Amino acid sequence: MAKSKNRMGNEINAGSMADIAFLLLIFFLVTTTIASDKGILNVLPPKQDPNVPPPDIKKNERNIFNVLINANNDLLVEGEYRRTAAGLDKDFKEFIMNFGAPDEDAAALFNSFPASLQSQALRKPDSSDHPGEAVISIKTNRGTSYAVFLEVFDLAKKAYFDVYSERVGLTSDEYRALTGDDEVSKALQDKGKEGIPMAISIAEPDKVGGN
Amino acid sequence: MAKFRKKKSGGSQQIDTSALPDIIFMLLFFFMVTTVLREQDILVDQKIPQSTQLQKLQNKTLISYIFIGKPKNTSLYGTEPRVQANDVLISSPEIVQWVNQERDKLPEADRTSITISMKVDKEVKMGPISDVQTELRNADARKVLYASTKKTEID
Repeated sequence: MAKSKNRMGNEINAGSMADIAFLLLIFFLVTTTIASDKGILNVLPPKQDPNVPPPDIKKNERNIFNVLINANNDLLVEGEYRRTAAGLDKDFKEFIMNFGAPDEDAAALFNSFPASLQSQALRKPDSSDHPGEAVISIKTNRGTSYAVFLEVFDLAKKAYFDVYSERVGLTSDEYRALTGDDEVSKALQDKGKEGIPMAISIAEPDKVGGN
Repeated sequence: MAKFRKKKSGGSQQIDTSALPDIIFMLLFFFMVTTVLREQDILVDQKIPQSTQLQKLQNKTLISYIFIGKPKNTSLYGTEPRVQANDVLISSPEIVQWVNQERDKLPEADRTSITISMKVDKEVKMGPISDVQTELRNADARKVLYASTKKTEID
């Protein structure tokens, strides 16, 4: 009897250790916000010199895809009213890949595409000439909600990333995950972008509905 | 009968839980390491909008954060959206100065590639954002990241 008691006393009871650890674990689980540095990248245009008038760019109307978002968050897409932004990514993609009147370089670019992309060119005369010329223009009012603007901007980015990724045969998610750090991913990234600049123009909002 | 009793008292049926604390501790350490204790209080509302085309920035040291939203303490700061940089609310003209301060913290070679992560509340209108962007252009910090979380798509 005495012997067995002695043996029991020498062992530390570790049964509650798990409970203590659980308590700490739950505390950290609750307080953790895993820092996310994800978002949508945008490069702003350089500062405009007030003494130099803005360059007068002559661009054919058909090469600009106008999206207007007003203070009520209604959309005007190429002159047509829309209530929501849903499906806009398809329109953007059709517009970019239209190849209405390609010049020599653009024709060569077109021939370098995989067949699945080539078949998407609609060749409408009233849409963009070729991807190098195409510009998506997003204009908002000061009263436009940021969430709606970001949704449209997101869809414009989606259209471009879809084209890039389809060109190199990756999924859109895989293409966006390319870091460009090593040569392989840099080469893939460049191959996707080559000849198709991401031309999303964000016009300065006008004063409607805001302060 | 005696044999039966002996087997039961051997206790081989019980699961050995002595490794459980180790597993829990491992999880604990993971969360302890990934936790970033916020060194600044956020004074404005932050409900970040969701989107699909997210990109991750490689170099975290180049990012400076700017928060835009309705102040939490409306009796003190009003209900209009305000801009928070570091732990104070600033007005638009001060942004240039703030950007230059942030830039000075970076090593000289990286100063041109400073990225501003704009954490903007859903409810904010484009007006204040446009003002901030104009100031960022003035400060020549033109790389902007609209902070956003992954949209869970419903198909």
